[in-house]
Order: sequence, then structure tokens, then C-alpha cells
Amino acid sequence: MSMIFGVPLAVLAGQLLIGVINGAFYALLSLGLAVIFGLLKIINFAHGAMYMLGAMSTVILFDSLGVNYWVALFLAPLLVGAVGVVIEYFLLRRIAGQDHIYSLLLTFGVALLLGGVLTNIYGVSGLRYAMPDVFQGGMKLGFMFLPYYRLWVIVMALLVCFGTWFMIEKTKLGAYLRAGTEDSQLMQGFGINVPLLISLTYGFGVMLAAFAGVLAAPIYSVTPVMGSHILITVFAVVVIGGMGSIGGAIITGILMGVIEGLTKTFYPPASSAVIFLVMVVVLMFRPSGLFGKEA
Amino acid sequence: MSHRPDKEYEQLRVSGLHAFYGESHILHGIDLVVNRGELVTLLGRNGAGRSTTLKAIMNMVGRRTGSIMINGEETMSCAPHHIARLGVGYCPEHRGIFSALNVQENLTLPPVVRSGGMSLEEIYSMFPNLYERRFSQGTKLSGGEQQMLAMARILRTGANMLLLDEITEGLAPVIVEKLAEVLIKLKNKGLTIVLVEQNFHFAAPLADRHYVVEHGQIVEEISADELEAKQSLLNDYLGV
Repeated sequence: MSMIFGVPLAVLAGQLLIGVINGAFYALLSLGLAVIFGLLKIINFAHGAMYMLGAMSTVILFDSLGVNYWVALFLAPLLVGAVGVVIEYFLLRRIAGQDHIYSLLLTFGVALLLGGVLTNIYGVSGLRYAMPDVFQGGMKLGFMFLPYYRLWVIVMALLVCFGTWFMIEKTKLGAYLRAGTEDSQLMQGFGINVPLLISLTYGFGVMLAAFAGVLAAPIYSVTPVMGSHILITVFAVVVIGGMGSIGGAIITGILMGVIEGLTKTFYPPASSAVIFLVMVVVLMFRPSGLFGKEA
Repeated sequence: MSHRPDKEYEQLRVSGLHAFYGESHILHGIDLVVNRGELVTLLGRNGAGRSTTLKAIMNMVGRRTGSIMINGEETMSCAPHHIARLGVGYCPEHRGIFSALNVQENLTLPPVVRSGGMSLEEIYSMFPNLYERRFSQGTKLSGGEQQMLAMARILRTGANMLLLDEITEGLAPVIVEKLAEVLIKLKNKGLTIVLVEQNFHFAAPLADRHYVVEHGQIVEEISADELEAKQSLLNDYLGV
């Protein structure tokens, strides 16, 4: 068995794969946060809860209505996106223009409420969601075994991330989003319905989180608290990448997943702290993040 | 030539307009009328409330009272995007070019609000520099080019009333001349223009009427043919 720095290649490759998969989730989640922060200037603490809702609704839709994975892949994000639009319209809009701390506390409260209600109904031990049959098994790559579903997660996350990046950077709708990030009042003065754009952007941002939730359902433990665990890490990723940077969120997400995976291989005790260590270093030397614009 | 408002189509009528930024009371009862096809300036010193008047028409200030009629329609309760869709094109002070967009994206950002706007080809032939630099970042243009872009942007939308805020500020004389040519062309097309201007020599030959704003009120109305007779009065107001 070949070794790299005293670690068997298969072990290293396995941890790298887990790192890339975790990174794919970080990328999807931090992308949504970046999109929301860009236009709404809201630090969306409900983002983890939206991820959780995506995963929970996938399980619940299957258990109660028999909705299969493929339908859930579209339906769950749409449902959660609609929840997001409702939250924006009835809650966030009322505190628009106030200090960041208000929206942070409000979205944190929403997250606690959703988590609390679902914990009361379903408990915290976790729901089981069966892997769709097509994804059973995997392929042998010689140096490692790659489960099909893991490959699917990586491909889907990359597709959605790239699609979102393309939409924002290269299309007319994306031009509205980019311009709105700079001066939404002037945009509205040009005749663009900015309040609607804001609702839809928030809805889209949380849809990305819910989509990550559906992808997570077959491989992670689906519980009402799953969002709060990942959220803190994702915030660190966003800070490292630079608040509001779309491309930065994607690249940093995957990079941090890989760094976490490598740390697990070479020095496991530090694996859950390494991202925060990177965050501290980045904040010291580049306070606006790796891809953020200098203030 | 003196305009009689009652004989023509009133495109804009502002009556008793008060506006506030938080606690500060900026406009103290502005009254003005602009008829279709007129070019009217708002003159006055810095801080007199001219820019705020334009912003208030766009519903872009904090609180407002009074009345603003556009094409005979009361707009005090309209959101800014509805006001734009009545055919109002607003060019803000400092131009408002978006740095995240290239020149062409900046140009095509404002949606078409009425038919009869200029096509992209017409705009590029009017402003050839913008065509050459259409893929540059908007804020990488020179000040003059950015001003052309800010103007061109609202010409494409078909807006038939333009609110232009300090468009000559900080620009070289040759650019200012070019802007005057553009305004004459627009006037000949029948567009209504409200111009907030510091540069009186730029505004005087173009305008049909002038309003002098002081302390958030209109203190004088001067038509083009009265200009010579009232020149010394105007100089007093403007402090030149």
C-alpha cells in the first residue's frame, strides 16, 4: 500500500473525498448566505434552519405522502423558498434599513422557533431516510471506493453553484442583483420593483440551503438541530471568503472542506477547529476576506 | 416667449411640498409647474434644497407632505418604481454608475418604461465613446464618459420627463459643451427636462424658465426673456 507522509493513500483519499463533500455543502450554504447578504444586507441566521427544513421536509414528504427523492429535490426547495418569501415579507421587511443586529436577532429567533417546534414533534434523535436504490453501491477507483451518492452530491452541488454564479454574473437578472447590492434605491428609481426583487432573492437564497438539505437527507442524520451545527462553520466559511462575494463563497466552501478533511487525516484532534483557525488568520491579515472587496 | 401653464399640458405640478431627512426639515413648501417640452432649471446655492426636490419627486427622501402631480396623477403615495414607470427618468448627482456592471450592462439596466425611447444603436451613435468602451467596468470610465453613460441610460427607457441633477459638475469645458448639444437635441425631440444646475452659463441659453430655490422654497421664477432684466437680482440670490 502506497503511503504519503506516513498515511496510507486510501485513507488520505477517503478523507479528501469526505472533505470535498462537506465542502460542497459549505459552498451551497455559504453561497445562499452571500446572495442574501449582497442584496438585503442581512446576516441570515435562519439559514441553518432552512437547510434543516429542506432535509426534514424531504423525509416528512416521503413518510406521509410517499413523495420520492427526485420530486423532493425540486419540491422541498420550492416549499422552503416559499417559507423564506413569507419570512421576508412579514418579518424582515419591517426592519429593513435598521442595524444588522436586528435582522441577525430576528433570523436567529426564527431559527430557534422552527428548531423548537420540530424538536417537539420529532425529537432530536434523527429521522431515517433511505438512500434511493439507484445510488446503492459505488465504483472502485483502485486507490479508493467512491459511493455513487457521494459523487452525485458533488456533481449536483457544483452544477447548482456554477449555475448560480452564471446567473448572477452573466445575465440581466444577475445585473439587477449586482446593481441592487450597490444602490437599490437608484434601481427602484429606474422602475425596477426592488421590494419584489428582495423577496425573491431571499427566497432563492434559502432555496439553495433547502436544496443542500435534500442532498444531505440520505447521508447525514436528519434532525431539527442539524442546521445549527453546520451554520457556525458556514459563517466561518463566509467570513473567510469575504461577505457577499459569490465566487468567493463557492471556492472557499470547497477549500475549507478539503482543509478540514486533510486535518482529519494528519492531526484529527484539530479537525473541528481548523476552519476557525483559518478564519482568525484571515481576519488578522485580510479583514474583508480572501475574495471580498477591500473596504 | 412666456409660457402660460393653463394653456399647455402640465407634465409636473408640485404644490406645498415639504420633505424631511429624519429630524431635519429640508423643503419648506416647494411650488412649481413644468409643462411638456419645457426645459426648466432649479438654481440656487448648495444646500438650498434643489437636489432634494428632485429626490422628493422620485419619492427617495424620508418623509414628504404636499402634492406632486405627474401627468395629472397624484404620486405622493406611489413607490419610486411606479413613478419611474410614469415616464420619469432620474439622473442622480454623482451619476450613480454601478461598478459591478460593465458599460453596456449599466446602459441596459433601467427597464423600458414607455415606447419611443432611443435604441441602443441610436445611443451609441450619439455617444461613440460608450460604444468603444462598452465592455469596460462602468466606473473605469472618465468622469465625462460616466456622465454621458448616466444620461444615455435614461434615454433608452423612453422616459419623457428627465430630472437631471448637477450633470456638469466637475467636468471639462469640452464635455460640458457636448452635454449642452445633447440637451438641445433632447429638447428638440420634445422631452421635458428639469435641470438642477450650478453652472449658470451652461443653463442660461438652454432653459425656458428658471426657478430660484432658497432655504427649501421657490423664491423667484424667471423666464428666459426676463433673464437680462433680472440678472442682478439673480446674482444676489446665487451669490456670484
